[in-house]
Amino acid sequence: MSASSKASATSTTTPAATPAPPSRLLRSRASRWIATILIVAVLLIFFSVGNDDWFTIVNYTLIAAIAALALNVLSGYTGQISLGIAFFMAIGAYTAAFFGGAMPSSPLDPLGLALPFIIWLPAAGIVAALAGALIGPSALRLKGFYLGIVSLSLIFIGQYLFLNVRGITGGPQGRTFPVPALGGATFDQQNSYFGLALTSGQQYFLLNVIVLALAAFFVYNVMRSRAGRAFQAVRDNETGAKIMGVNLFEAKMGAFILSSFLAGIAGALYASYSRYVAPDYWDLTLSIQFVAAIIIGGVASVWGSILGAAFVFGLPLVIDHFNWLPVASGAGGISSADLNAILYGLLIVVFLLFEPGGVIGLVRRSQALTRRFSARKDEGGESAEITDLPADQA
Amino acid sequence: MAYFIQIAFAGIALGCIYALIGMGFSIIYKASEVINFAQGEILLVGAYIVSSLVFDWHLNFILAVALGVVVTVLIGLLFERLVLRRMIGRPVFSILMITIGLDTILRTAVIVKAGSNPLSPPSPYTITDGFNIAGVHFGANDILTILVTVVLCALLYYFFQYTRNGLAMRATALDQEAALAVGINIRTVYALAWGIAAAVATIGGVFLAMGTFSIGITLGSAALLAFPAIILGGVDSIAGAVVGGIIIGLVQDLTAGYESHVANVLGAGIHQITPYLVMILVLLIRPYGLFGTRKVERI
Repeated sequence: MSASSKASATSTTTPAATPAPPSRLLRSRASRWIATILIVAVLLIFFSVGNDDWFTIVNYTLIAAIAALALNVLSGYTGQISLGIAFFMAIGAYTAAFFGGAMPSSPLDPLGLALPFIIWLPAAGIVAALAGALIGPSALRLKGFYLGIVSLSLIFIGQYLFLNVRGITGGPQGRTFPVPALGGATFDQQNSYFGLALTSGQQYFLLNVIVLALAAFFVYNVMRSRAGRAFQAVRDNETGAKIMGVNLFEAKMGAFILSSFLAGIAGALYASYSRYVAPDYWDLTLSIQFVAAIIIGGVASVWGSILGAAFVFGLPLVIDHFNWLPVASGAGGISSADLNAILYGLLIVVFLLFEPGGVIGLVRRSQALTRRFSARKDEGGESAEITDLPADQA
Repeated sequence: MAYFIQIAFAGIALGCIYALIGMGFSIIYKASEVINFAQGEILLVGAYIVSSLVFDWHLNFILAVALGVVVTVLIGLLFERLVLRRMIGRPVFSILMITIGLDTILRTAVIVKAGSNPLSPPSPYTITDGFNIAGVHFGANDILTILVTVVLCALLYYFFQYTRNGLAMRATALDQEAALAVGINIRTVYALAWGIAAAVATIGGVFLAMGTFSIGITLGSAALLAFPAIILGGVDSIAGAVVGGIIIGLVQDLTAGYESHVANVLGAGIHQITPYLVMILVLLIRPYGLFGTRKVERI
């Protein structure tokens, strides 16, 4: 809850009050309700039957989906190349650690203010957004691959900072991160709320689903607002957008700050869920994984971000869970992470060559085909032309 | 003073490697306006092949380098032919990301094939080879690096200035449509660009491994330091890549040599980011670099 309201406060944009046009994916109000009920039902069933292993897999996937969404705001919707998402996630994570971490008991311990969860999670997003606001003006003057290279250098500068600012990051050894808590109930233990006993995995699951849903809903609506249209106009044609009265700098900064905010939240949630992170986790590979996620899932699509995150971050965990790989390590063996890296590397190439819309693009294409088919069968059917921007079907 | 000369000499040798890698970026960029993010991993693959040819197959060093160059040139040509040629006219975002896809595939292939333990780099000389002048050690490997870079630069200069294909490449870089109109085969130009880039990357990779004394997957990210080099020199200038590379190499080794004096203020490892700091400074003041054409757009 707090995440979304803070996001609208820090971003330079506000979602439009006008009702969204009916989406083509869920065309009528009734089918939209049915879809919502289905999703909630699936989540509820999982919530009641899932075991601890599966909660771990799903929780990491949900957190990754928030970060993929963050990257999609900047790269997918606004067309700005970024390899720096891991840097902003790290800023969020260390902000959370600084505000929420335990007070140091010896001078060698990393700093912490031991503030409550309800403060450190929003703070993670806000500080990351501030970092974005600070870096944006110089980075966003550049276009295309120049921006890509500058964002790449952010990763290396971040690595240097995180290794050296020991007071906050714990130096090369890393540090522990705070656990979310409501009142006295910390999420790393079983707690009962209103007489309902919830495991640690279930509590994190609820938190992650709520944050992801809020973020997805917020991004989905922003992209239908005046500001979101401006983002997409900048992506499609900068000159055209400028002629139509879009302030290029404001639009890019808005997208950059919103993206950094969400990345910060995701970073804090990730670090908090894994409890312990060393600085070299926030490296270039992590950023590339998110790039892979949005290309495979679908650029400029909320659902695409979630699908892509599930593929890139969820799949290796699932493979490990079932021990699908005979030799997990050692000579001649291939680890699930390596197998997955080869898969997503290949899929980046294949999707960009044949279906730049990603999995969501495939879904839309098949929908358009079936609609055209049925429209031809009964003469009076509506035409199946897709004229809207892809974001309309997010 | 001897210490300074020692570090500066090592810095120039390192800079020559960045120059070699950077030339690869610039040649591809000039021909097709593509920045190839997979350059670092092409270099890594090349270094691994050379190393395994020398140590597992006991081949002669020069022969191993030649074979390594052949393999990476083939990878470059295949990628250009099968993938990038279909991407002509697509947004920069897509083209850049597709080279990142290749980067991921190559890096993981090396990890799977060779494990993540570093290999020892092949080298015709040992670390003590070379000669001393007034207390400064001029290592044979560093001298070889500098000599090979000079020879390659001279060869490339001759190629671009005096051969038919080199002229065709310069014409294409200047104006693609006009080049097509006078009958230049753009496909040959693209293929040549990718071939030359892969070849210089492999040679640069072998020397880079000699300098760091190991071949591990970090070699690919060390090659990313050629980005500051080409941006400093100007992305579309091959001479700029050479000058930029040497300056960046000097900056990096000089900070590495003197950073221990300021370690209590700056901490460890500042030399790993000084090239990027220089790059950001250049982008803020003179985004087209020292020798580049003023084409970088701003808003």
